[in-house]
Amino acid sequence: MNTSYTPSSIAGVLDTPTRKEGGKTIFEHLHEWATTVDHKKLGIMYIVYGLIFFLVGGVEASLMRLQLARPDNHFIGPQLFNQLFTMHGTTMVFLVGMPIIFGFANYLVPLMIGARDLAFPRLNSFGFWLSVMGGLILYFSIIGGMGMTGAGSMPDVGWFAYAPLTGKAFSRGNSTDYWTIGVLVGGFGSIATAINILTTIVCLRCEGMTLMKMPLFVWLSLVVSGMVLLAIGPLTAAQIMLLLDRYLGAHFFDTQAGGSAVLWQHFFWIFGHPEVYILIIPGFAIASEIIPVFSRKAIFGYPVMVGATVAIAFVSFGVWAHHMFTVGMTSIGNTFFVISTMLVGVPTGIKLFNWIATMWGGKIRLATPMLFCIAFLFQFLIAGLTGIMLAVAPFDWQLSDSYFVVAHFHFVLVGSLLFTIFAGIYYWFPKVTGRMLSEKLGKWHFWLFFIGFHVTFDTMHVPGLLGMPRRIYTYEASRGWGTLNLICTLGVAIQAVGILCFVANILWSLRSGKRAGRDPWDAWTLEWGTTSPPPEFNFSKSPVVKSRRPLWDIKHPSDPDWKYE
Amino acid sequence: MKLTAHKRLIVWAFAFLFGSLGMAVAANDLSLQTSIFSPESAPADSIKHLSFLVLGISGVIFAVVTGMILYATVRFRQRPDDDGKEPPQVYGSNPVEAAWTIVPILIVVVLALSATRVIQEIQNAPKPESALDVVVTGHQWWWEFSYPKLGIVTANELHVPVSSPQKRLPTFLQLRSADVAHSFWVPRLSGKTDVIPNRHNQVWIEPQRAGLFVGQCAEYCGTQHAKMLLRVYAHTPEDFERWASEQKAVQAEGPQVAAGRMVFQRTACINCHTLDNTIADGRFGPSLSHLMSRETLGAGALSNSPANLRAWINNPSQFKPGVRMPAMNLSDSDLDQLVAYLATLK
Repeated sequence: MNTSYTPSSIAGVLDTPTRKEGGKTIFEHLHEWATTVDHKKLGIMYIVYGLIFFLVGGVEASLMRLQLARPDNHFIGPQLFNQLFTMHGTTMVFLVGMPIIFGFANYLVPLMIGARDLAFPRLNSFGFWLSVMGGLILYFSIIGGMGMTGAGSMPDVGWFAYAPLTGKAFSRGNSTDYWTIGVLVGGFGSIATAINILTTIVCLRCEGMTLMKMPLFVWLSLVVSGMVLLAIGPLTAAQIMLLLDRYLGAHFFDTQAGGSAVLWQHFFWIFGHPEVYILIIPGFAIASEIIPVFSRKAIFGYPVMVGATVAIAFVSFGVWAHHMFTVGMTSIGNTFFVISTMLVGVPTGIKLFNWIATMWGGKIRLATPMLFCIAFLFQFLIAGLTGIMLAVAPFDWQLSDSYFVVAHFHFVLVGSLLFTIFAGIYYWFPKVTGRMLSEKLGKWHFWLFFIGFHVTFDTMHVPGLLGMPRRIYTYEASRGWGTLNLICTLGVAIQAVGILCFVANILWSLRSGKRAGRDPWDAWTLEWGTTSPPPEFNFSKSPVVKSRRPLWDIKHPSDPDWKYE
Repeated sequence: MKLTAHKRLIVWAFAFLFGSLGMAVAANDLSLQTSIFSPESAPADSIKHLSFLVLGISGVIFAVVTGMILYATVRFRQRPDDDGKEPPQVYGSNPVEAAWTIVPILIVVVLALSATRVIQEIQNAPKPESALDVVVTGHQWWWEFSYPKLGIVTANELHVPVSSPQKRLPTFLQLRSADVAHSFWVPRLSGKTDVIPNRHNQVWIEPQRAGLFVGQCAEYCGTQHAKMLLRVYAHTPEDFERWASEQKAVQAEGPQVAAGRMVFQRTACINCHTLDNTIADGRFGPSLSHLMSRETLGAGALSNSPANLRAWINNPSQFKPGVRMPAMNLSDSDLDQLVAYLATLK
């Protein structure tokens, strides 16, 4: 396999002078990172921040799996277990998923459109540090959550925090407030970053890059940023209403004073469902870059891929109540959300088929990024099919809030999003650091994580079908869920070893990885035309593009893309 | 060769996966007691049939698309003897893309229509005159069942008659919550319906044979969500009549339990519990009338026997950490007398 192939024809075309690093003290480095407004440094910080919390959330999950490994277990009590699943969910969505997808967009969007930075570099820094603040506030609850009434420390209301469990009557102390304010502050950071990415893509594209010549990653980042702008609003409003309920005597969700518990669910899920797509579309974005490069073919059906993404985004704002099929909506209401939810399957299916068609007839290089992407296709297929099952409202009345749902959304968030994030890290690590990640450790990481994932989450569907509800800290032996739960827990151990390989790979490769050069994968988008790592200003002269694959055009002057597009 | 090693690994992975799943299912015959695929009542039964249709269609899609992914990966992988040239570039194909837009739309139409039919069938089912009414009230962390027409109030164990085509006796459950959101779920009888404060939901069940069907709260409702179990006993209509008359009967009390009755009435028990023919009329905890006719204590936290009852009253948190009932701190003799009294409440 020829991974460090750089055609001599591109060398120097988009060249940039190399910068000399003087000797700096550790404090100067810290100061530089803390005060930076460079989109690349902020992108790296977003991703590192997300990966650190990923380890925290993973430890929380492992503790829960240990508790559930056998029936009537006394390893963890109910209070701690409830806190763990609340923190695990909130952490993985708000402190892992969101920062990492913003990190990728932050780092890559300006490079891919030939810009020198995001449109508002200082707003970018502000957004990042707000996200950090949100995470710190949430985790400060561990020591600060006792409050005057002394109840609880970490929040224990679940990551979607259904009313009225969050009211003062049922949630004393301050733990729920740390959850509310942490999510609220992180949300402001997300809005700032979304505005920034949106503006950058609309205003800062280099010469020749029309909207329909943007790499798919950029298109999908544009769509996601628009969705973030629309979706975070209802969440923010709901959190403020909750704070008003708790401290100023409002009664939005206070059922004892005539408030509505269902109102919270509407507010939360009209954020929460688009949020699922906010998290998974960046996964699509990464796959849409990697699959063509490793299949050696242009993406199949680019205009349809763009259209399908916009369609998913649009429909995703009209499906939220499929999280609420069990709240007792009318049959008309249920039917509407059955149909709207199933409609999402159409554009999503198109995307899946187009990725397979991209591979079809190619010359597929099975390097680590591509392995993660192929596994993503397979797992996303399963996630989509179980999603269709959950969309059938009567079937959902059985499956909702059971372990089947837990397995389903882990296929979305782990099997699809996390696998593409790993693919993206293996793919762009050489660009970011100038060094390749080890393929050998990468393969170990992939296979262990792939096997562990399937042992845990394939199995997890079954107890749901056998009547096991989610969020229970223990169950009786006579229910017969013991063996299945033990298998799920064993899978976690395999995944954990895989993650250790990943951490070891990063630490080892940072120092000793093979030098990458500017274009180790023989890729086609603009970021591979500058040095690895790119200089602070990205490109010394603004690139001019004529097609969706500017580096292909340079490498194949006799057969450029712009002749066909 | 490198690729064979990969293949072998894949084969092993799948063998392990399906092997372990098979063993797990085989070892778990018992768990069929709450399987959604062994329904015993009308709503759960129509859901099962619908789910088989959905599973069938999904299975076909899964096989076809997985086949495509595997075929593409194996057939079009880069060979060791590759000539280094780029493959032909294909940018898309309108007819092909139209095909995989239209086929999923057709599948969606089929699924949506079948789902709609079952939604109608379950949600808009007419209520026969003969139906039994029960008001279900979810509490943190137990269930209250009251039969308004029969004047019975009980807890955690719901008794209903068996229905037959000749004599339809479905049970219509009105769902209420006293505090936070819960969800009523007995997988073999019906899908779950949330129990939400300030909201009147309804669900109906129609068991076709006598027996015990277990379920539990399915919406996270606080610390002891896990031990908010519920049991549904389906009886033949005659047995159900007998159970109802026993529940309505006034409890006989001999002089030997007068001391225990006194202990009950002078401790905090009466603040939270109701007990017929005593001053106790609390509504916060479950009614204790006919307590010993129930098989479990603490919403399924432990089985009901005088010894377990004694341990429970002494320290409920031992069995159900976080439970709302406090440890009663009674002396040994008070405890003995109290349990002797409660044990007579058949």
